[in-house]
Amino acid sequence: MSAAHGRQGEVPVVPVSPPLKDELDIVIPTIRNLDFLEMWRPFFQPYHLIIVQDGDPSKTIRVPEGFDYELYNRNDINRILGPKASCISFKDSACRCFGYMVSKKKYIYTIDDDCFVAKDPSGKDINALAQHIQSLLSPSTPHFFNTLYDPYREGADFVRGYPFSMREGVPTAVSHGLWLNIPDYDAPTQLVKPLERNTRYVDAVLTIPKGTLFPMCGMNLAFNRDLIGAAMYFGLMGDGQPIGRYDDMWAGWCCKVICDHLGLGVKTGLPYIFHSKASNPFVNLRKEYKGIYWQEDIIPFFQSVALPKDCTTVQRCYLELSKLVKEKLGPIDPYFLKLAEAMVTWIEAWDELNTPKSSPESAAVSKAPNGTPAKK
Amino acid sequence: MHLFNVQKTLHAGKLTEKILKLFMATGNENILSLIQSLNIQHILLPVLPTKNMSVEIKDNEVDIVITALQPDLTSFMEDWRPIISQFHIIIVKEPGLEEDLQIPQGFDHQIYTGSDIQRIAGHTSITFSGHSCCYIGYLVSQKKYVISIDSDCLPARDKNGCVVDAVAQHIANLQTPATPFFFNTLYDPYRTGADFVRGYPFSLRTGVQCVLSCGLWLNLADYDAPTQAVKPNERNHRYVDAVLTVPARAMMPVSGINIAFDREIMGPTFFPGFRLPEEGKQRWESMEDIWCGLCAKVVGDHLGHGVKSGLPYVWRSASANRGDAFGSLKRGWEGVKLMEEVVPFFQSVRLPRTAVTAEECVFEIAKMVSERLGQSNAVFSKAAAAMIEWVKLWKTVNSQQA
Repeated sequence: MSAAHGRQGEVPVVPVSPPLKDELDIVIPTIRNLDFLEMWRPFFQPYHLIIVQDGDPSKTIRVPEGFDYELYNRNDINRILGPKASCISFKDSACRCFGYMVSKKKYIYTIDDDCFVAKDPSGKDINALAQHIQSLLSPSTPHFFNTLYDPYREGADFVRGYPFSMREGVPTAVSHGLWLNIPDYDAPTQLVKPLERNTRYVDAVLTIPKGTLFPMCGMNLAFNRDLIGAAMYFGLMGDGQPIGRYDDMWAGWCCKVICDHLGLGVKTGLPYIFHSKASNPFVNLRKEYKGIYWQEDIIPFFQSVALPKDCTTVQRCYLELSKLVKEKLGPIDPYFLKLAEAMVTWIEAWDELNTPKSSPESAAVSKAPNGTPAKK
Repeated sequence: MHLFNVQKTLHAGKLTEKILKLFMATGNENILSLIQSLNIQHILLPVLPTKNMSVEIKDNEVDIVITALQPDLTSFMEDWRPIISQFHIIIVKEPGLEEDLQIPQGFDHQIYTGSDIQRIAGHTSITFSGHSCCYIGYLVSQKKYVISIDSDCLPARDKNGCVVDAVAQHIANLQTPATPFFFNTLYDPYRTGADFVRGYPFSLRTGVQCVLSCGLWLNLADYDAPTQAVKPNERNHRYVDAVLTVPARAMMPVSGINIAFDREIMGPTFFPGFRLPEEGKQRWESMEDIWCGLCAKVVGDHLGHGVKSGLPYVWRSASANRGDAFGSLKRGWEGVKLMEEVVPFFQSVRLPRTAVTAEECVFEIAKMVSERLGQSNAVFSKAAAAMIEWVKLWKTVNSQQA
């Protein structure tokens, strides 16, 4: 490849073995069943799964044969984290972030159990995981917008006027995928447009510019756990909480602010999955109601966050963020005081499970030899 | 008694929407004036997706501006006829062209030649040549909107094989709002079949006015000379079915090959100011549109307007690549080097609150260019001077037309 374009880390067109087979975990939260995995088998089977079972721990979730997995239910979460388990949501897919915490891998792909393999316009099945991996392994370009979208894709490049000094890009921390069929709308929009289906296949991956926030959906999401994992806390949602369906949003805003600060990139666009289940808009409205009002204050808050220069690790950024949340959002509702505390608890738990016992000081991230998985 | 209750309720932090309505329903004057003086407002109800900020654009509000770099425009205009024939067309003839232009029948058009350019702008130091002739077209237009497409571009076909009406798409982009303050992951929420996604703040869903629409190119993408030299055979086959708003404060390279803009608001930001010393007539040998685009983005962001990028595509034919990319490297390289300074400069520009029109903004930017970049290269000081002259020229020409 031409040195002038700095194309590093592109996945080979014909991989010898599934890319990142031993470096990526697939985290799946579920409360129902894992039947959807059958459709994903050709793409997921080589990878290790972390199943986070929400709801009643006495229920048995059957994992289809042939998958290598670890499964955690609420009892496991309580056992492993002890009092710190309070930061992990119950009766909400936000519990999935426990899976990020216990993973030992460098990369995570998370997907909802109502998401299936989509087809591209030619009718071919889309290997969403492979596309995410490609996005994560190629640089992002947050400092200047490329009008031809991802310049590292085959058949594209940087356009005239794009400064050469910016063509190396920055490491990609997050790859945000999209959904065909049932789009990720909020309750009011669902109520107004119950029949709308997303049929538009937009053949693009693009970097979200630095300084711009976005709504991150956790249905089809991959990230570099080493680079940003500690900030992927999905907040306090579900049982006992005044809000739901803002878990991924919260994580996305925190992550974007931290990525912007640390010089990391966030991509959005391909791959598409097929989202089959439309959740009940009235239930959703109940869950989102407060969030719809609160986000009017939350967004300006995140837009105005300036992290101090000495926050050079994700954990320190996140702890600083938790202080700001307490200070600036606390006055809106006591929920944010709880959330700020939970953010601290999350980091403590993350560091406990992810730092070798010999060095208590947490570095950017390091793999943990401790934390044995509960295999069933 | 009631007034005391309002205050008590307020201090207790218990003034909810419902209670506010009850107090106001009493009609008590003291209460109402207290509420007014404290600027207590009703909570805004979430705004459901609507098309409130959309504008309607009529055909007679649009000028199509074409630069003629070679005399025979017949096949170009025939190819575009179904799409542009209902609009008024301004054709600017490159001053270096000797022969008369060949233009087919049935187009409502006006031609501007070298002597027109001389008449209009001869007293300034601004020169118009090659692709930058289009700016004369922008200057003399009396319409609210301008759409400009290079004369080596033809209508493209979409994924279904249908001809793309680039003009209609540009008009649609300018008609519907832009959403620069928060990124919508399903791209343009105003397109049929799309909307704002979960997590998009409701107060931002009305959007802002879109003042610039940047289209793309199939076949020959707008690459610079080094990229062309390294990848001479690369063709862009990827039809990305999206329009998106380029977020506020994000800078981008705007290509003049296929654009549309609100001339009334943004006209002064498009001018041939940034001229490379050995600038040629190929797109890859110039950067003046890139410079204008950076100005336009900064100005648009400052004035609270939006910029869209994506559809429509045009088909950029091989004739756009006449010439030797390697040979142009020397000329193109100068521009490439200068971009290293230009982009960080524009990223750092902060305009004063007092600048409320594009003219005022351009004037301010010109001062900053002169101060901060003028020392490093004569190209910059010339660009700054050209910007100031352009603003004056713009004001003169437009007041004459008024």
